[in-house]
Parts: sequence; structure tokens; C-alpha cells
Amino acid sequence: MSARDSILQKIKENKPAASALPATLRYESFFENTEAKFRETLAAIYTEVFVVKDQAELAQKAEELFVNVTNRATSIPALANWADFSLNVADPHELETIEIAIVQGEFGVAENGAVWVSDHYLSHRALPFITQNLAFVIPRNSLMNNMHDAYERLKDTTGWGCFIAGPSKTADIEQSLVIGAHGARSMVIFLIEEEFV
Amino acid sequence: MSTATIDHAEASEIFNKDEPYVNWHDETLWFVRQKRDRSSKQLPEWEELRETASGIKHYVLSHMDELLINFEQKAKENGVHVHWAANAAEHNEIVLGLLKERHIDKMVKSKSMLTEECHMNEFLTKNGIEVIDTDLGERIVQLRNEPPSHIVLPAIHLKKKDIGDLFHEHLGTEAGATDPQYLTEAARQHLRDKFLTRRAALTGVNFAIAETGGFVVATNEGNADMGAHLADIHIACMGFEKIIPKQEHLGVFLRLLARSATGQPITTYSSHFKKPREGQEMHIIIVDNGRSTQLGREDFRNSLKCIRCGACMNTCPVYRRSGGHSYHNAVAGPIGSILAPNLDMTKNADLPFASTLCGSCSNVCPVKIDIHDQLYKWRQVLAKGGHVPQSKGLGVKAMSMVLSQPRFYQWSGRLGRSVMRVMPFMVNNNLNPWYKQRDMPEPPKESFRDWYVRNRKE
Repeated sequence: MSARDSILQKIKENKPAASALPATLRYESFFENTEAKFRETLAAIYTEVFVVKDQAELAQKAEELFVNVTNRATSIPALANWADFSLNVADPHELETIEIAIVQGEFGVAENGAVWVSDHYLSHRALPFITQNLAFVIPRNSLMNNMHDAYERLKDTTGWGCFIAGPSKTADIEQSLVIGAHGARSMVIFLIEEEFV
Repeated sequence: MSTATIDHAEASEIFNKDEPYVNWHDETLWFVRQKRDRSSKQLPEWEELRETASGIKHYVLSHMDELLINFEQKAKENGVHVHWAANAAEHNEIVLGLLKERHIDKMVKSKSMLTEECHMNEFLTKNGIEVIDTDLGERIVQLRNEPPSHIVLPAIHLKKKDIGDLFHEHLGTEAGATDPQYLTEAARQHLRDKFLTRRAALTGVNFAIAETGGFVVATNEGNADMGAHLADIHIACMGFEKIIPKQEHLGVFLRLLARSATGQPITTYSSHFKKPREGQEMHIIIVDNGRSTQLGREDFRNSLKCIRCGACMNTCPVYRRSGGHSYHNAVAGPIGSILAPNLDMTKNADLPFASTLCGSCSNVCPVKIDIHDQLYKWRQVLAKGGHVPQSKGLGVKAMSMVLSQPRFYQWSGRLGRSVMRVMPFMVNNNLNPWYKQRDMPEPPKESFRDWYVRNRKE
């Protein structure tokens, strides 16, 4: 018998009598102001949130924040002029020198500050990790209260996606928090008001 | 990496020699436990969430075979290769085979307790494969040629000076440097080079979803993603109990996992892998290694609900004062002590005794595993199976003789109290195990019984 079949056979013999799934699988979070909660959560994980009216204001704000930075990349057409690094490369290793990437995210979660990013808007999965600094743009009206709400929205997912909450970090040396482990060293989130595709 | 052969009590004794160090270790972990408390109290539904998580996991235990078959089918449809391994040796051979077929001799790895359990690094190294652990804590212990001492905080037993010295030797940092920011930056540079030059990446799996064939890997550092998205081949290894029925159930588990582990509302990265990227290969290895046996043990099967948050370790008064290495098992602490005897009763017979049975572990467990009850039940199983040392049996027999005879018990108590008063050196010496690392209390003048009898009369 193959390993597969013998494992499955043994599981079948040894598993307990069938039990049902719990009746309640999701809980509501009641925040007075979802956006305020989102900001508060992100402030605690070293991430600043900016509201921008439209793509023009986004471009202006991006210019202002990353004024002397070279090797800027973006997946957002409206920022094409802002970028000086093309993502049109075949091998993700070539992204290694990117200093700042501004990437489109799909929505944010207030309870933990996470932003969902996926293959849907990304040409390279490695981008949000390999860039030295990361910024997300998400629609201002896309904030969810909690993870149950988030998965309601994620019924259909692409080949890969990730919740990212703040810059990368570690506390593996004597529990001292250090920002910038292997992924981004800093993070900024833009909430955009205008209809944004 | 060799595992210690000395038992838990003996290893703890060595660990306890340096009192300030033990106090520091104790307080550091208690601090993490307090962060968990503060974070969990932010959610009014916390206790219900635990109950729900436990219920979902119970459903998983009772439908394990069907869920795994569904998962396999969906994963294959997604273009992922699925392998099955009955034990550690099969798992290690599969990994080696995949690498050899592709002429790869260097691999980066993110945290996977399963590969620690299988002693995969040792095996691959012997077979000419270089494995680089990329989680900072794991890289630290790997450079020290040690196993992790905690499943979430692998280097929690080390002081920054130890790490400074280690990095000075291996990564060329300045001698005497101990600043965590500086040391982390050095590791970042060192490991970035590995990420950029390795063609294979191995990750663990936090949750595998039967409904979609996808799996989730959670990290704070971003090392799993850095490895996987740059490599030609991504190998993900999972114990079969990592399966959950539906993607929406992640809502429950991801809300519990990081809050229980470190008090964060979520880990920085919760990466959902479903299909390989274009031109990449993705492989999943589903491992049994004793889990199907544990599933058949009615008293112990709930241990398979574990989501590896480490909360039971951070809260355990024994773990905090004995350190992870004293458990000589890939998973230490209370949960490790109920998993390990299933793997090897003789080798791990000491572990269920490494507990005060205070129950704190069960109280913090996000999936409500009855850990302290299982510790107690393992003791019975191990004693019946003849795995408990005779000295322990003799002590228990003597105690039962005293406790079963009220008059003898009263007399022994009186004798003990007067001995402690008149001849304190009789108990305040190293022959008395209760004196080790402790000061003996002032003996009371009378027993509760004497007091009760006297007061009833008055």
C-alpha cells in the first residue's frame, strides 16, 4: 500500500465519531469608527495612513514623501511618471534594488491593520517583500471591521494573496522589537476617496 | 543537531544554576504571556472564539481523511504536487529527492517545527545539501548548532551578548556589539544574499484549506515569502492535522493565533499560497509521523488540535524556569510533553512529569486543549507501561502508605515540623530535592487539624 493509502486507512480506523461544525463561525466587531480604529491599529505597528482625494493628489503626496528616493516602482498606472524603475522584468531577482514600491491593495482590516494584496494587482509576488520600503493604496471605502468580514469578501481568491500588517519586524534578540527584518523597513498606506481601479 | 540525552529534571537543574539568568528567562516569557492577556481582552468574544476554534478542530479530527482527500484533489487542480510521508524518514527522502532531481544543493528554509521533528536539516546536511534557516531566531540557533528552545521564539534562551559574540564570529559584526538593531541589520544583509541566490525554498504550513487546496504561512519577518517567491521550487511541509475545512475558518484561527502567541492582533504576513507562480513548482508534503496513532488515543487525540502558538509555554511555571532545551523534543513545554510520549514513550517518559498540573496551559490554549489533564493521564499510561523510573514509584508508594493511614500521617506531620524547627539542617541540605533552588518555609507550630480540633472545642 502507498504511504498515502496507509495513512488515510489508519486515520479512518482511528478517527473519533463524526462531530458537526460549530453553529457560530463568525462574530461582529462594533467599532464606533472603522477608519479611526484602522488608523489606531496601524499607528501601533509603525504605519502612517494618509487620505488622498484622487489619483492626482496621490501622485503629489507620493512625490512629497519620497522626494529624494531613487529606484521607485509602482503597479499603479497613475503613478507611472513618479516611478523610475520598471516592473516589466521577467526575473523577480531583478527587483532587488527597489527602494520604494507603491502597490495597489484591495482592502484593509480595522482590527489588525492588515491590507489584502494579491496576484490580482501584482505582476510579481516578491515585490511587497523585496522592496526596502512599501506603500499601499486602497479605496477609502474598503475598510472591514474584522477578519470574518474579510473572508466574506475573499470568497474567490487568486493563486496567491497575503494579509500584510505593517513593516516586517522581529523580536528574536532578547525580545527587543526591531523594524525591518527581511521585508519592508517602513510602510505607508494611502486611502483614496475617488473611484479607483 | 543532537538532542540531549539527560532527562528534564537533570537538565533543569543545570539551567537553574545561574539564578539571575533563570529569573530573566522567567520574566521575559511572563512578559509575553501578559501581552497575550492584554490583547485577548480587547475582544469581548474571545472565549467564544476559543470554543469555536476548538469545535472546528474537533470537526477536523473526526473528518480528517475526507478533508485530506479534498485538499489533495484541489491542490492538484491548482497545479501543486502533493506527496505523502508516513514517517520522518520518508519525509526527508522526499525533500532530498526533489532537490537532487533538480541538481540543487542549497536551500533556504523558513520556520517549520515539522522539519525539526523530522531532524531534516541533519539528514540533508549529511547528504550534501546546505540548509539555511532564515527566521532570525532560527538562524541564531542554527549558527550555534542548537535546536530552537521555543516554537515561536527560537532563541528566547539567549542574551544579546551571546548573539553579539556569535555574529562577530560568523557574520563579522563588531566585537562586543550587542545592539539588537545593529545585529538584526547584519542578519538581514547576510540572509538577503541567501534569498537571492537559492533556487529552492522550504516553508512550514500554518493552515491548509480543504475547500481551496491552498495553505497559509504566517511570519513577522517576511522570510517565508522572500524565500518562496524568489525560488524555482517551493516545498511546503505539513503535519496532516494542519488541515481546516474552509477558507472562512481562517477568520477564527488568524484572530486567535498571533494574539495568543505574542499579543499582536495578527502577524505581519499571513501569506495564502494556492497556485505556483508562472514557471515555478510548488510541492506539498503531508506527513503522518505518529499522528494517526495519536488520533486513535481517545485521551490524547485533542493534542492534534494545536495551532503552535506557544502560549502554553509562555505561561508554564516549569517551562519558564527550565528552558526549552530541557524538554529534549522539537516541541517543548506543556504541549510538547503531551505530543512527545506518542513518538517515543521510553525516551520521553520524563516529560509529562515536568509539570505542576496547575492548569494554566489549558486556560490559555486558543483551541482549548485539555493539556494538564492529558499530562496527568500520560503519567498513568507511562507508569502502567513500565516507563517510569523505580525511584518515582517508590516515593509514590511511600506517600500512599502515609496518606492512607490517618494516625501515621498525623505523627509524620508532627515529626516533620519538629525536625524542621530543632534540626533545620536535616531538611536544608542538598539531599532534599525540595531545598534545591528554594528556601524551606518556616514550619508552622501546629497542623491545620490540630488547630481545627482546638478551635472546635473553644
